[in-house]
Amino acid sequence: MSTKLNVLDHVMVPDHKIMSDEEVSELLSRYNITTDHLPKIYNDDPAVKTIGAEVDNVIKVIRASHTAGRAEAYRLVIKRPKK
Amino acid sequence: MPSPKRIGRIQFGLLSPKEIREMSVRKIIWADTYDDDGFPYPQGLMDLNLGVIDPGLRCKTCDQKASECPGHFGHIELAKPVIHVGYTRLIRKLLRVTCRACGRVLLSPEEIEKVVGTEDDQTGDILSEKDVKKERVCPHCGEQQLKINFEKPTTFSEVVVEDGKKVEHKLTPADIRARMEKIPNEDLIPLGINPDVARPEWTILTVLPVPPVTMRPSIILENGQRSEDDLTHKLVDIIRINQRFKENQDAGAPQLIIEDLWELLQYHVTTYLDNEVAGCPPARHRSGRPLKTLSQRLKGKDGRFRGSLSGKRVNFSSRTVISPDPNLSVSQVGVPRAVANEMTIPVRVTPYNIEELRQIVRTGPVRPDVNAPCGANYVIRPDNRRLRLGADNLDTVADMIEPGYTVERQLRDNDVVLFNRQPSLHRMSIMAHRVKVMEGRTFRLNPAVCPPYNADFDGDEMNMHVPQTEEARAEAFILISVQENILSPRFGGPIIGGIHDHVSGIFMLTHDLRWFTKDDALYLLRYSGIEHMPKPGKVEDGVEYWSNKQVFSQILPEHLNMVFHASSCQNCDTCKKEMCERDAYVRIIDGQLEVGTIDKKAIGAFDGQIVNRIIRQQGMHRATNFIDDLTKLSIRAIMLDGFSFGIDDEDLSKTEYGQIDEVLRNAATDVDRRIRIYEDGQLEPMPGRTVEETLEMQIMQVLGKARDLTGQIAGRHLGLGNSAVVMAVSGARGSMLNLTQMAGCIGQQSVRGERIVRGYDDRTLPHFKKGDRGSDAHGFIQHSYKGGLNPTEFFFHAIGGREGLVDTAVRTSQSGYLQRRMINALQDLKVAYDGTVRSTGGKIIQFQYGEDNTDPTRSAFGDPVDVKGIVESILKEEC
Repeated sequence: MSTKLNVLDHVMVPDHKIMSDEEVSELLSRYNITTDHLPKIYNDDPAVKTIGAEVDNVIKVIRASHTAGRAEAYRLVIKRPKK
Repeated sequence: MPSPKRIGRIQFGLLSPKEIREMSVRKIIWADTYDDDGFPYPQGLMDLNLGVIDPGLRCKTCDQKASECPGHFGHIELAKPVIHVGYTRLIRKLLRVTCRACGRVLLSPEEIEKVVGTEDDQTGDILSEKDVKKERVCPHCGEQQLKINFEKPTTFSEVVVEDGKKVEHKLTPADIRARMEKIPNEDLIPLGINPDVARPEWTILTVLPVPPVTMRPSIILENGQRSEDDLTHKLVDIIRINQRFKENQDAGAPQLIIEDLWELLQYHVTTYLDNEVAGCPPARHRSGRPLKTLSQRLKGKDGRFRGSLSGKRVNFSSRTVISPDPNLSVSQVGVPRAVANEMTIPVRVTPYNIEELRQIVRTGPVRPDVNAPCGANYVIRPDNRRLRLGADNLDTVADMIEPGYTVERQLRDNDVVLFNRQPSLHRMSIMAHRVKVMEGRTFRLNPAVCPPYNADFDGDEMNMHVPQTEEARAEAFILISVQENILSPRFGGPIIGGIHDHVSGIFMLTHDLRWFTKDDALYLLRYSGIEHMPKPGKVEDGVEYWSNKQVFSQILPEHLNMVFHASSCQNCDTCKKEMCERDAYVRIIDGQLEVGTIDKKAIGAFDGQIVNRIIRQQGMHRATNFIDDLTKLSIRAIMLDGFSFGIDDEDLSKTEYGQIDEVLRNAATDVDRRIRIYEDGQLEPMPGRTVEETLEMQIMQVLGKARDLTGQIAGRHLGLGNSAVVMAVSGARGSMLNLTQMAGCIGQQSVRGERIVRGYDDRTLPHFKKGDRGSDAHGFIQHSYKGGLNPTEFFFHAIGGREGLVDTAVRTSQSGYLQRRMINALQDLKVAYDGTVRSTGGKIIQFQYGEDNTDPTRSAFGDPVDVKGIVESILKEEC
């Protein structure tokens, strides 16, 4: 029954990428923040699982935007709290 | 101001019986409150040790007066333990996961580790009921476990199997308490309980705290009778039963009576804590009103949290009914004299304003008429003493004031006030206006500002707030005045503009070509502040005439260039431009309307192209002036001809009625024919639909077309001489569909987009044959509102109308709740200087505001640059 579906191939799923440590530190200094100021994403998010990101990774999401055409967002992977 | 602090941690725990006794200042044993002299009974519920509420008495605990004593807790020793309703869930869980004999958790250390995580990594879950399999054997002492049943609100029982039958064995609170006591501290941690502050047996009450009288004050009614607080009533019940329980227990009463009393005590304690528990009849007042006990005080909209702590109340505000006044500017608000006399603004006395303020003080608290200078209600001396101004002390106080005093002067023309209408759904729901003191008892506002407030004049009330400091007034005027809010951040277009009669009026003024004499032209423009009349458009027999387009052009800014299509544009395949027979091609060159009709598209609220362009090119201030001029001009234009609508405006001639009848007859036969095809089994179903669905769709289509045809027939007869047509074409109100329904045919009534099918077996009403699929049997109304409906049609119309009502009711409540949640989630977000959207904690919500860093009110209907508009205004041509 289990057909493997790669969520990243779906048209509605934006592009997810794991950021390298240098990219992350550049990002943090650009906005003058620490990682806990970033928006979060759960580690069991299907897209996060597919790209193999782990807790404390920062991922970059590039998506189509109504207003800007293309928008970048960054999210910190966190563990989903139970219940 | 104290600096904001970060909360390190919050600890939640239970009150232990020891703590309850320690914090108690008195043991309460008497159910009575006051004796015959009105003095509190010692050790009664109103004991003087618990605090005082009567003025004059002193608290026996802290020796302070009624206003200063915060109150102190007492306690009641319960005859037997009872369950605290708030913790029944926790009790159930603990009973199910621990051993009935040894009290240990029914899991081996390895099993616990699987759920909770290892000692160094406690990132797992806390133990839940689901982690323990039912009726297992205790891994620590080998005891066979029993199933625990829980019955709302507070009954627990064990299921014992006797002779193959299941028997429920009730657990008393005392039994449960004994089991809770057995649970060792170490086993509580994986269950999510900190045993230092919350031993599980503390969820079973053995001693009940009695809250201080200050939180349950009694009130004295007009007849001198005392009326006690609901909590006191409930506590009286508890003490009475407790007392009786003790007596019976001491007398060695039979087990049955003891159990009954125990249950009764449990009921009273339960309702004392929460009077809305499921499966428990609420305790009622003598009058039948349910008592408002502890939980009810905290819960809900008027509870302690939402009502008292988050709720804000203000001074310097007023509220009254609103009514329209098109002669006011949109930025003004008409304030009744009675309100203006009551509301004040503090003004510091300085050497520069002392004479003016003396005059104001001399006028006193009653301003004789709206044109008189304002008075003052209070004077504040430098030592902060307030002097109330009355008829007797005006001159003395006026001579007394000197720099350092503050005069609370009344509201006067041009003061800045905030004006608001609930529900405050968007930022334009509160705007700053300039005061205009007027006679009458209502707030007056220009009808053009109705759209942002969503106000009408069917009895709406609005609130006014008076900012008290210079900073507040400046901030209000610069940020939230009406001028600054013409553009809505929702869609980047003007939300303030002409409505209803403004649109009809300006349409009637500017449609086609008309000529006005000097008298009429001046009548129209009288209030618009025109300094020079332009050259007359034509001179006939020595009489000068000005065209309607010339008149309108007088209120336009000088260098305006625009080309657009009016609301009345029919979107023809090839636009005839200047030759448009509807005069729907609008061209404004250098502030002169050359061709075209001004209507909703040009000046209406939400559309307002001209308003929009003026804002972009000349700023908010000019746009406000334009709207003011426009409202005045359009009202005068509509009054010049007069505008009304009556029942005979829906009359058609005999020919039209004949044509309508024929169209409807043809439609009915067409429907019958299609039904016959269906019944013969000849109907080809459409792809993906059943035969029935296909037939229904065809019928709906035929009937829909028939209704539109009647509309066209009616429309041919009713021209622009008809007021309803003017309103529909100009976009002021209503549509051609409304007109069709009034004069032609109302058409198909529907429920959920389908013809009406519900009712009796195989038919909607007993008037029809079973299985009749004809048009009139399923809610097609072939009459018009003017012609009148027959009884079955009337009934179908009511069905269709009810659906609409229900939909609106459901939609408003759902969207209201959605709005509340959205606002709670988004409040306090702001755009930081680096363009990110951040919460108060500095957390980033959006990396760029709107992902394009564009303020919608500075954009052209969503686009950062209005390329089309710029090109058009330079080329002076449509592109």
